[in-house]
Amino acid sequence: MNGILPVAAHVALLVLLPPLLPGVIGKTKALVAGRRGPPLLQTYRDIGKLLRKGAVYGRPTTWVFRAGPLVALAATFVAGLIVPLAAGSGPLDFAGDVVAFAALLGLGRFFTMAAALDTASSFEGMGASREAAFGAFVEPGLFLALTIVCIPAGSATFARAWAALPWTVWSPTWPVVLIAAVVLGVVLLAENSRIPVDDPATHLELTMIHEVMVLDHSGPDLAFITYGAALKLLVVAALLVHLVVPVPAEGGWAGVLWFLAGTAAVAVVIGVVESTNARLRLQRVPGFLIGAAALAAVGVAVLVAQGQP
Amino acid sequence: MTAFADGLLLLVLVTDLYILASSRLAACVRATAVQGVLLAALPLVLWGPGGGVPLVHLLLMSAGALAVKAGVIPALLLRAAREANARREVEPYVSLHLSVLLGAALVGLSLWLARVLVPPGDVAATLLVPAAFATALLGFLMLVARKYAVTQVVGYLMLDNGVFIFGQSLAGSLPVMVELGILLDLLVAVFVMGIAIHHISREFDHIDTRALASLRD
Repeated sequence: MNGILPVAAHVALLVLLPPLLPGVIGKTKALVAGRRGPPLLQTYRDIGKLLRKGAVYGRPTTWVFRAGPLVALAATFVAGLIVPLAAGSGPLDFAGDVVAFAALLGLGRFFTMAAALDTASSFEGMGASREAAFGAFVEPGLFLALTIVCIPAGSATFARAWAALPWTVWSPTWPVVLIAAVVLGVVLLAENSRIPVDDPATHLELTMIHEVMVLDHSGPDLAFITYGAALKLLVVAALLVHLVVPVPAEGGWAGVLWFLAGTAAVAVVIGVVESTNARLRLQRVPGFLIGAAALAAVGVAVLVAQGQP
Repeated sequence: MTAFADGLLLLVLVTDLYILASSRLAACVRATAVQGVLLAALPLVLWGPGGGVPLVHLLLMSAGALAVKAGVIPALLLRAAREANARREVEPYVSLHLSVLLGAALVGLSLWLARVLVPPGDVAATLLVPAAFATALLGFLMLVARKYAVTQVVGYLMLDNGVFIFGQSLAGSLPVMVELGILLDLLVAVFVMGIAIHHISREFDHIDTRALASLRD
């Protein structure tokens, strides 16, 4: 990515767009359920309100608790600088950036869990343990799906992988790309604690995963967490958007429009999935995630057997 | 045509994995029906107009597969499961998670096998032989890993589906009567198994085949 304008557009999208996604999802769910639902811009208001408040820190907490939301947000933001949004590449573009992207998501997850454990609350420890367990099942799926995406290019770099992806639906690799899209969809749901893996709207501590880890955070910290969650949604959704929508590599207005349309479509699909599915029982979540990973493994095996370079 | 057939075969693999992963008997049987529809479309896609095989032959084969694999057999099995009052497979010999992982490994194995072995005839789709091996192997896995008679019959069906896929590479060199005869054989076999399931469930109040392994007066 060269020039100041595409970089500015990328950063602007990355900073301004995320809180809109939960709004679109919420609106979709409300429409399906026949309610009016919260306004589209509700998350922006929530974040603004939380930022004006003061934070309360429990006595047993240390710097880890305060660092958690900051590091998670920063890691997700840098991951967002790597992943291509409205063009064929992001501002941070180097060999092997696909691996760095996954590692940054993992770093954010680790600090969220560390902050939850730091409160010494048994509920939050439970949430952290679940997050760690499910994270171990999500990451193989993420890596295998990214492998499918990277094999046609023969390079673990987003810019080259997206450039080499075949958009003609009838090319020999298309069903495998479809598998990658399905698996990334599952990863998107799991990474962002959506139904069927976790319910973002639940208020019962025994069944929560992400929400229970952030129970003790307040004020600006909670604002960072809310914003970080929306940002993560956008960043992982961007992968999916580039798989199913032909975002032009050179970007420009067409790229921005394609990207916005694709992201909105992903948010609507998430809303529909959340409206039509129930949360899985906790014991059944690993099966769901293992199934996705196995599917991706089959996709990788087929691509390798078809003799892609 | 090859890409389209490969897509179809990939979907067959996906249904294979889905059958392995689902614990509900009805979901298993419905997935088998979906697989039957995919298999019925396979000869048409693979050898479609101008493929060197008479169209009547293709249509007969496709219609036969559709009627037997996607219609009669799933209906029979659903009925058997309903009458035996069995809804989900509890505690299979190999856990569902492990069998999905094993399934993925077996798909990899069959992709490797298909590269090592020289396939007969001129195989149009690159995935035809691996998908045949994989479906048959996963059918075997279902047969040995599950306790319920209905899921074992589903495994037997998958085994036969694998044979059917493999037979597609020889389409045209096999008389149509032979192929229809195979389909009919399958139907009779499943019919007999349906009766067996009925008797097992009447005798033992469930269709857990472990009960058949113990002797008593």
